[in-house]
Amino acid sequence: MDLIIGHYNYWLVIIIMMAGFYTVISRGNLVKKIAGLNIFQVSVFMLYISIGNVKDGAVPIIEKGVTLYSNPLPHVLILTAIVVGVATTALGLALVVRIKEAYGTIEEDEIHNQDHSL
Amino acid sequence: MIDSIVNITLLSLLAILAFAIIRMRSLFAVIMLFAGFSFISAGLFVAMDAADVAFTEAAVGAGISTILMLATLALTYAPEVHKKEKLPGHKPWLPLAVVLITGGMLIYGTSDIPAFGDPNAPAQQHVAPYYLEKSLSETGVPNVVTAVLASYRGFDTLGEVTVIFTAGIAVLLLIGGRRKKTKNETTEGVNET
Repeated sequence: MDLIIGHYNYWLVIIIMMAGFYTVISRGNLVKKIAGLNIFQVSVFMLYISIGNVKDGAVPIIEKGVTLYSNPLPHVLILTAIVVGVATTALGLALVVRIKEAYGTIEEDEIHNQDHSL
Repeated sequence: MIDSIVNITLLSLLAILAFAIIRMRSLFAVIMLFAGFSFISAGLFVAMDAADVAFTEAAVGAGISTILMLATLALTYAPEVHKKEKLPGHKPWLPLAVVLITGGMLIYGTSDIPAFGDPNAPAQQHVAPYYLEKSLSETGVPNVVTAVLASYRGFDTLGEVTVIFTAGIAVLLLIGGRRKKTKNETTEGVNET
């Protein structure tokens, strides 16, 4: 029972992570792949924030009379990661637009057919 | 207790949305569900005491990412076409097996992680108490996250700016200055199909 109460958060985050991973590796549409990649990414953020959480802790903004705060360090790392994540998403979507220009499709199977790869 | 209930509810909603995104074939619906996913995860970050992260996720994750995806959809599909993904030609068993094995190993790995919210976990030791005790007197900023981001780890933020700059240049090189050609080619693509 202690194991479930202490770890349900991590388990659900991993299930969401795997849903994103499945979208990335099994779907052929490039826009959907990037949506899956973003789900994967957000679930990693949730894992970090879960690790930084302290039971009954407060938001880490210093205030008189509050002694217990959550860990601010994962928050800082994830703030950076969110912004970098959007930059990489933009780059991936730009590549999708270029692939559409070059091949006329954003379906992976049709791109493989045109290249005679696979 | 109430925290656990809120967490479980929000995480379950997120899991349902993630599976709906897998099932959904209309790309517009996928992007809208993803915006909802980002927004609910921002709510989860508030529930887990990460207010700054929640702001950023709501603005950047749910806002800018969604706009970028919608813009891509507008550039890659003609307006009158129903924007639907085609089903992949292969069977789903291999990716499913990979995902189940990876997920199983990750869940097995969590048995070594300290319990959720444990104040004595290794992650809560070392440098985090120092930031909480000293940041107000050393930087004068009551928000510890801001103090660490802009002061203690300022170079980290500078590196982040470099990454965004590089990504911006790459996007410009990839699709900047060729808008007209893009439009012609997409209309041609429609005529062929």
